[in-house]
Amino acid sequence: MNLKSLLVLLIPLLPLLGFAFNGLLNKNLSKGIVGLVACGSIFISFCISVFLVLQISSGVASQFDCTLTDWISAGNLHLNLSFVVDRLSAIMLLVITGVGFLIHVYSTGYMHDDDDYARYFSYLNLFVFFMLLLVMGSNFVVMFAGWEGVGLCSYLLIGFWFKNTAYNNAAKKAFVMNRIGDLGFLLGMFLIFSKFGSLDFNTVFELAKNASTGDVTITAICILLFIGAMGKSAQIPLYTWLPDAMAGPTPVSALIHAATMVTAGIYMIARSNILYTLSPEAGLMVAAVGVATAFFAATIGLKQNDIKKVLAYSTVSQLGYMFAALGVGAYSTGMFHVVTHAFFKALLFLCAGSVIHAMSGEQDIRKMGGLRKKLPITHLTFLIGTLAITGCPPFAGFFSKDEILAKVHGYENGGMLMFIILSFTSVMTAVYMFRLYWLTFWGDFRGSHHQSEHLHESPISITVPLVILAVFSTFGGFMGMPELFHAPHFLNNFLEPIISFAGMHSHEASETFEITLIATSIIVLAIIIAATYNSYVTKQVVPEEDFEERGFAKVLSHKYYIDELYENIITKPLQAISRLLGNFIEKYVIDGAVFGVNWLIRNGSATLRLLQTGSVGFYVFGMVIGVILIFVFKFFIG
Amino acid sequence: MSESLLLLLLPLASMFLTIFFSGEKSMVSRGSMAISLIPLLYTIWALIHFNPEGGVQYSFNYAWIPSLGINLHIGLDGLSMLMILLTNFLVPLIILASVNRSIPNPNAFYSLLFLMQFALIGVFLSLDAFVFYIFWELALIPIYFICLLWGGESRVRITLKFFIYTLSGSLFMLIGIIYLYLQTPGVHTFDINAFYQLNLSSQEQSWLFWAFFLAFAIKIPIFPFHTWQPDTYTDAPTAGTMMLGGIMLKMGIYGIIRWMIPVIPQGILEWQNVAITLCVIGIVYASCIALVQKDYKRLIAYSSIAHVGLISAGVFTMNIIGLQGATIQMLAHGVNVVGLFLVADILFAKTNTRMLNELGGIANSQRIFTILFVIIMLGSVALPLTNGFVGEFLLLNSIFNYNAIMAAFAGLTVILGAVYMLRSYQSIMLGNETEASKRFLPLLYNEQIVLVVVAIVIIVTGVYPQPLLKIAEPSLRAILEMAK
Repeated sequence: MNLKSLLVLLIPLLPLLGFAFNGLLNKNLSKGIVGLVACGSIFISFCISVFLVLQISSGVASQFDCTLTDWISAGNLHLNLSFVVDRLSAIMLLVITGVGFLIHVYSTGYMHDDDDYARYFSYLNLFVFFMLLLVMGSNFVVMFAGWEGVGLCSYLLIGFWFKNTAYNNAAKKAFVMNRIGDLGFLLGMFLIFSKFGSLDFNTVFELAKNASTGDVTITAICILLFIGAMGKSAQIPLYTWLPDAMAGPTPVSALIHAATMVTAGIYMIARSNILYTLSPEAGLMVAAVGVATAFFAATIGLKQNDIKKVLAYSTVSQLGYMFAALGVGAYSTGMFHVVTHAFFKALLFLCAGSVIHAMSGEQDIRKMGGLRKKLPITHLTFLIGTLAITGCPPFAGFFSKDEILAKVHGYENGGMLMFIILSFTSVMTAVYMFRLYWLTFWGDFRGSHHQSEHLHESPISITVPLVILAVFSTFGGFMGMPELFHAPHFLNNFLEPIISFAGMHSHEASETFEITLIATSIIVLAIIIAATYNSYVTKQVVPEEDFEERGFAKVLSHKYYIDELYENIITKPLQAISRLLGNFIEKYVIDGAVFGVNWLIRNGSATLRLLQTGSVGFYVFGMVIGVILIFVFKFFIG
Repeated sequence: MSESLLLLLLPLASMFLTIFFSGEKSMVSRGSMAISLIPLLYTIWALIHFNPEGGVQYSFNYAWIPSLGINLHIGLDGLSMLMILLTNFLVPLIILASVNRSIPNPNAFYSLLFLMQFALIGVFLSLDAFVFYIFWELALIPIYFICLLWGGESRVRITLKFFIYTLSGSLFMLIGIIYLYLQTPGVHTFDINAFYQLNLSSQEQSWLFWAFFLAFAIKIPIFPFHTWQPDTYTDAPTAGTMMLGGIMLKMGIYGIIRWMIPVIPQGILEWQNVAITLCVIGIVYASCIALVQKDYKRLIAYSSIAHVGLISAGVFTMNIIGLQGATIQMLAHGVNVVGLFLVADILFAKTNTRMLNELGGIANSQRIFTILFVIIMLGSVALPLTNGFVGEFLLLNSIFNYNAIMAAFAGLTVILGAVYMLRSYQSIMLGNETEASKRFLPLLYNEQIVLVVVAIVIIVTGVYPQPLLKIAEPSLRAILEMAK
């Protein structure tokens, strides 16, 4: 194994070692050591990633590989435990280790008073390991191993405070819903294997280039893989686990349920972009689901009063944007939004964590207000995050979202409709985000006296990551400037070799369209900011208590009763059927049949035994009857 | 002396030694534990010298009853090797797991366990149908007494049901074997090679399929022949349950691969659809029932039906990926089920209950037990990089090649398995401590060793299953070659 391969291997290995160290020694370690090992392992991985990415971007190497060993071989199926750092995984690597490192540092402050400090960090390291496996795997099955592994860590971290039954239920729900998607992923892999005879990215994508557009098998593959993505990236209909997942510690929400894991579905589709390009039907489906989810989740976000729930629905909504981009064939645009979203959404969640920390655990924005005075850094960084997500130029979200809108607009299968829906969703995004912002940081404080006395800015371990992420949320968008500015689109150029057919059915937007789009969005945003300021700050409107809600507002705040719907059409019937099977079918029908056969044999033999009377006359009678029967039989048939 | 004869006879020697052990109860169990390591060490030695590509090795052939063509013909190929490795690996673990339990009359208990080990090894070594049948039936006798004498409250009724059920299944197989014997040319013989060379018409193969299938389906068990299993597993003493679930049911799957696929391939092809459908129904059916179980041991019993249903379905696809998956999954399932049943046993020993609603919050005080429990559970729900995944992936893959819809249904185990496993884990380990959970004392050293070994095997063979797959592959290819 040469040095380069070793470096590739070290990227996931270091977090794994960190996990093992903290996990095994656990209570014997001081918090300082735990934090140092956990953060240090990620930081070194980050440095290695930066080094490798620089090598790639400067053209020294096109990619780095590392094959550890053969993993599973059976028949003509050969799978290696092998990793690759290419242009696509490079971007994910930087996000995972970079943002991951910041969140680790933040966690040392946020979780400082928790008794299970070491367990927390071992899980967090394990998560990073699996996430790296996911993006670095050079075949579908290693990717799947990471895919399921991050699901496990998500389960462990959502239910981190496992005394609370509601949290445990949320964790279980997340795992199970992900597993529904995973079955789709599995079946998709089987279909890939039966079509291409391999599960290696290189082989499959090389062979796929010879396939024709509209191939039914490829469409089926794409749809099955997309079902996997729906689970992991919380798209309709498998999104309801993500808002519940907010039960986990807030840094976990930032890392797993905003910046990295939930974007795995986008990564997977971007990775398989050749297949999706070959299947316009699957592309349309991806786009449609993405647009619908973006819209749907945003409407729910309008009426949420829990600071983390608002952000959770906005995550679901933003993921929808990314899928919309993928669906229309703008793969690098989707990845672009993954990156900017990782910055600003991680930032928003971490700010929310800082707020919750200051509020002694309170998450209801109706009990906040005026926090900008006591938490100046958190306030400022949250504002930057808000401007970024609402697409205010020149913050990061503006560039990526603008690009998505432009690409969707150019899509020939109903692109106009999707464009309108997504634009309207942007309006809603701005509304719920500024509602959140004003209610939290402006106006008068609405919490208890006890809370107001404890209000404080967070320690430096928390504020430094906030500031760094705020910087990236501000300038991160410049890696992908619109055509209009005639600046190089760094990200697109970087990804071009990997996204081979990209742009095949997405047209470049015209300059006038771009200008109109940008101008309109600025004007609309300004109006929304003014309007929300007017109602939440000037008029001091506070959202009503839950029981006061009426009509559609009530439907929204109950999230369209989707959880209740699933409960009634899936969970309850499944349990009823299971009870029927266990208590009735199993006992009476199947076991009954066994006893029936048993009974038949016993009673049958008992009856036959009665014929043995011991009377010679009866036996002779039987013989005569028998002989007659034989003759009759012979006569008529023989 | 041939290696395979020694492999066969070592457990028999353990049995006789154990009968004559004297001393305290704990000494008897420790002594048994110690001597059970000898076959394991010898198996490892044999494994090191084993050449997977070399076909049947270490064979031994002794004309037992020449006039009837009955030979004590035994030998090892890769498949047998792995099954024997599984058996001889699990027996010491099973004994170790029971070392601290108070078992009345331990001499009898452990010698019966060794007798069973002897019979199981015999089944996996036999290359003569008559000898195979003898060992097959012999295996039933010790487990019958183990359940009957050391079992739970309703043991008499349940054990009788189990005994009649499996015995009647075997009778069909006996008919099949005798029929095949009578078809052999010249002086009739029970030798497996003679069976392999038979030219059977498709009608013959068609009914012979059912003769063998019934015997194997009951033993495995495949839906709807499974109703003896949950009662027996729940009521048997833990060591007996582990022998049944960990090793004995593999006799059935092994039987299909060794005696059905090469001898009556056309029969399988004719009925494969029915067989696979039954297996797949069993997966979903048993998983659903597992969802609503209240007794943790019974829940594992049902989950086991689901898992072996998947293995059997993969076997009936008669495809190398399916057979490889089945082999690796037999090993994985054996190890995992021993771990899970030990968890159930530990719960009962410490808290006096296995009822999910009476337990809870054990994770608050028992860190090591929690970690080990989680790892075993992950193996059971087939998370990648655990042993359960390798087999499940290969099996589902081969079922998918046979029929995609079938694979989608079989794949429901991925979802339902997660539901019942996480649900039970949650109600036992998470939340607040209940009255019963407060009685939970830290693990004893033997419990901890067994769980740690199981956990290590789960991870190691999940990350690097390749050596095991390589041992099995040539022998499975040879079997499929004969089926053509």
